[in-house]
Amino acid sequence: MTDSQIGYVHSTESFGSVDGPGIRFVVFMQGCRMRCEFCHNPDTWNMGGGTPYAPQELLDQALKYKNYWGEEGGITVSGGEPLIHIDFLIEFFKLAKEAGVSVSLDTCGQPFTYDEPFFSRFEELMKYTDLVLMDIKHIDNEIHKKYTMHSNTSILDMANYLSKIGKPMWLRHVLVPERSDFDEHLERLSEFIEQLDSVEKVEILPYHRLGVYKYEELGIPYKLKDIDPPTAERVENANRILKTHKYQTQN
Amino acid sequence: MEKQRTEEFSLESIWNGFTGKTWKEEIDVRNFIQSNYHPYDGNESFLEGPTKETEKLWDQVMDLNKKEREAGGVLDMDTHVVSTITSHGPGYLSKDMEKVVGFQTDEPFKRSLQPFGGIRMSEIAAESYGYEVDPFLSHVFRDWRKTHNQGVFDAYTPEMRNARRTGIITGLPDAYGRGRIIGDYRRVALYGLDRLIAEKEADKTNTDKAMMNEKMIRKREEISDQLKALHELKELGNIYGFDLSRPAQNAKEAFQWLYLGYLAAVKEQNGAAMSLGRTSTFLDIYIERDLENGTMTEVEAQELVDHFVMKLRLVKFARTPEYNELFSGDPTWVTEVIAGVGLDGRHMVTKNSFRFLNTLTNLGPAPEPNLTVLWSTKLPQSFKNYCSRVSIESSAIQYENDDMMREEWGDDYGIACCVSAMPIGKQMQFFGARANLAKALLYAINGGVDEKSKAQVAPEFRPITSEYLDYDEVTEKYDQILDWLAEMYINTLNIIHYMHDKYSYESLEMGLHDSDVARTMATGIAGFSVAVDSLSAIKHAKVKVIRDEDGLAVDYEIEGDYPKYGNDDDRVDDIAVELLKKFMNKVRQFPTYRDATHTTSILTITSNVVYGKKTGNTPDGRRAGVPFAPGANPLHGRDTNGALASLNSVAKLPYKESLDGISNTFSIVPKALGKEDSVQQNNLSTMLDGYVKTGGHHLNVNALNRETLEDAMEHPEEYPQLTIRVSGYAVNFIKLTKEQQMDVLRRTFHDSL
Repeated sequence: MTDSQIGYVHSTESFGSVDGPGIRFVVFMQGCRMRCEFCHNPDTWNMGGGTPYAPQELLDQALKYKNYWGEEGGITVSGGEPLIHIDFLIEFFKLAKEAGVSVSLDTCGQPFTYDEPFFSRFEELMKYTDLVLMDIKHIDNEIHKKYTMHSNTSILDMANYLSKIGKPMWLRHVLVPERSDFDEHLERLSEFIEQLDSVEKVEILPYHRLGVYKYEELGIPYKLKDIDPPTAERVENANRILKTHKYQTQN
Repeated sequence: MEKQRTEEFSLESIWNGFTGKTWKEEIDVRNFIQSNYHPYDGNESFLEGPTKETEKLWDQVMDLNKKEREAGGVLDMDTHVVSTITSHGPGYLSKDMEKVVGFQTDEPFKRSLQPFGGIRMSEIAAESYGYEVDPFLSHVFRDWRKTHNQGVFDAYTPEMRNARRTGIITGLPDAYGRGRIIGDYRRVALYGLDRLIAEKEADKTNTDKAMMNEKMIRKREEISDQLKALHELKELGNIYGFDLSRPAQNAKEAFQWLYLGYLAAVKEQNGAAMSLGRTSTFLDIYIERDLENGTMTEVEAQELVDHFVMKLRLVKFARTPEYNELFSGDPTWVTEVIAGVGLDGRHMVTKNSFRFLNTLTNLGPAPEPNLTVLWSTKLPQSFKNYCSRVSIESSAIQYENDDMMREEWGDDYGIACCVSAMPIGKQMQFFGARANLAKALLYAINGGVDEKSKAQVAPEFRPITSEYLDYDEVTEKYDQILDWLAEMYINTLNIIHYMHDKYSYESLEMGLHDSDVARTMATGIAGFSVAVDSLSAIKHAKVKVIRDEDGLAVDYEIEGDYPKYGNDDDRVDDIAVELLKKFMNKVRQFPTYRDATHTTSILTITSNVVYGKKTGNTPDGRRAGVPFAPGANPLHGRDTNGALASLNSVAKLPYKESLDGISNTFSIVPKALGKEDSVQQNNLSTMLDGYVKTGGHHLNVNALNRETLEDAMEHPEEYPQLTIRVSGYAVNFIKLTKEQQMDVLRRTFHDSL
């Protein structure tokens, strides 16, 4: 095993019920390059740190909960940004598939590129991945840059690529008042999603403040201090524009 | 001979449509069920809502509930008439509307006087609510008629009294009825009393030629008492205008007959847990027959179930403040088990399984009856998801592992109280409350001296004097203390149950058992997770002892971290398994009254608060007086690896070593189960499947938010029916003491964000 096959894990959750179908063992990988203003896991940003795990070792941890997965559940790797650890992921997912476990990848898509060596590695990873959960933060590239410190080009590229290879996707959009909650942008996002083929579910994630205490602990300034969670009406509005109900029935 | 023939003829019409043979020839309700029940694979869409009359009756009940609460917890009490099966005339809510009738006294909400367990308890219970027991009756039960409580204290040794006082063993049924016996009330409906009486008479006659030793004399006396009770039950039927001498002819009668059997039991005994058994699938057979004959509609079937359940919700006892502190919230444990799977592999879900759970919707949530679903991975998915739905809506259901229990107890067992399985009509238990294993550990450190009272409770031996606790030394001393504790505990229980049989025998309940029954001596454990974490701290961290001026260890400082029970970590979970086995093995060494089989449970009910109060600082870092975790739960806030890790730790405890049950109470924020309702239901069902597959025994499921409970503490009047599961039963949250409410709030609410 090479060093790149060691994954750095921020934490795990044995009872994940919102990150993919069924009950899932969720692995939060350490490290992310994005700096989304609304992120509720800023403690996973740092690229150093995390607990080192060999793929088999992490799988053994997860398999302790196999009895609870039923027919739908399994493992979801989230973060942080899991694709930073792609070599580890390939090995981990491969072992999981061998053990008959359903695996989902929860990614922001930012590391995606058609350039090598990443692309071939990604193609291989997709061989072992049942479902990709993807978060599209903002459809407008300029706003996206301000909002997350990165362009959304690679993210949209990845969604298009997953659509092309027919990989099942759950798309999610965090609804933040004054940032992403504008009808114009939601409509553009909706158009983008509608031209994709393999989307199984679209979810609006209303912005919440439950991660704020982490910013305080980490001494990172919190930029959304003055923003309240969206109202029920705005959430409903976003659901309507993104036609989320159209996708719900499949699950 | 002439009489015989007419009976047979009428039986033919009464049992018309029922198949099977064995159950007709001998008393065998299980055989009747297996020969006649219809498994139901569909979903809940057939269910009906409450009828107008049901709503009116329930409004009446809610109004009386409110009045009872305003009156300080008791609305009325009978202080003049000693409760027996036939002591009171009929009582009704609204006679014309009730499809099932009968109250413990002549009025609903009027608590009866039951002094056979102990006159002093009756007096205290009355006094604490502003009543006074008729002085003549006090005189009778003080001077002329000895009670159970008196008998026990006549025989207790000084050591037992000490142990009881300091709380190393506590909650013992020496000052209240032991309960935990389930009469087979179905027999009343299926056979009628004439047949049951004839069978009992034959059993007695069979001993006519036996040698009259103590055992045989007791048996003959007991069967005679049972016969008397069965005759009185017939009389109770007459009081309400029913002829219980014959079997029930239709569903309405079957519910009524069965209920009067149960009512007779709660009129005779105020046992701590007066459980109902396994009645819903049995009763479904009668409903199915009536539906098929066109003599009943689904609306009427649900109405009958609603009215029956309403009656079960209104069972009440007069109890002392001391009792209420142990078992908070006025519980009666009218436990009814639902579903499960038969030995032949067919699931036992019937439409009535749905109808019983539907009462939580039709009448709103309530703690009683204590609805217990016997969960199996083989139950139909539609039923699983319906259970999950009702659980999420009401937090009123508990689940127990049928796949595990079926192997032990077959497919006609019920649950007494919370987690105690027993084949119905064939087995009873001697309830033994619990020993405080956390305190026992402190005794090991202090040479048998109680850390709070400083009394020498256990025999004196050398205390540990080192600055830091050494794991091997502690376990060696703990071993010694547990030897002493096990012997003293079993001896104490032997006295209690000898006296209970003698002075407060459950003649009606036992009359609805076979004459030869299996018995278990059900010991119990409290402070389990505290003892386990303490041992883990001593083993894996450094624990420094702080002693007072007398050299008594009174506090502990922990240097470093240690693995805590509840995180699926074998380094500590192995200690837990070992402790359970060790305790059970020690208990098994000492002979029991009536050769009862030794069992144990890890169940505290709400007594974890009282036990915690009576126990000093512990080496796990828990402060003196802080409540223990309930049952086999990890201590609040220490299970930090998520919900499933916590479940896995508890599931490691071997059921074979704790056959009286392993209670786990689980609270989860509904949103943590998933976003949409259907996802939440699916996930809860899958989680229960997982717990059962992993070998977990019992799970209380609460799906609620902490904020709801906080609000209910502030505004109790707005939450008259808010129900939550505590260890092994459910309570009306607002009926808990403030202290108990705080304990519930401190518990881990699993959340995932």
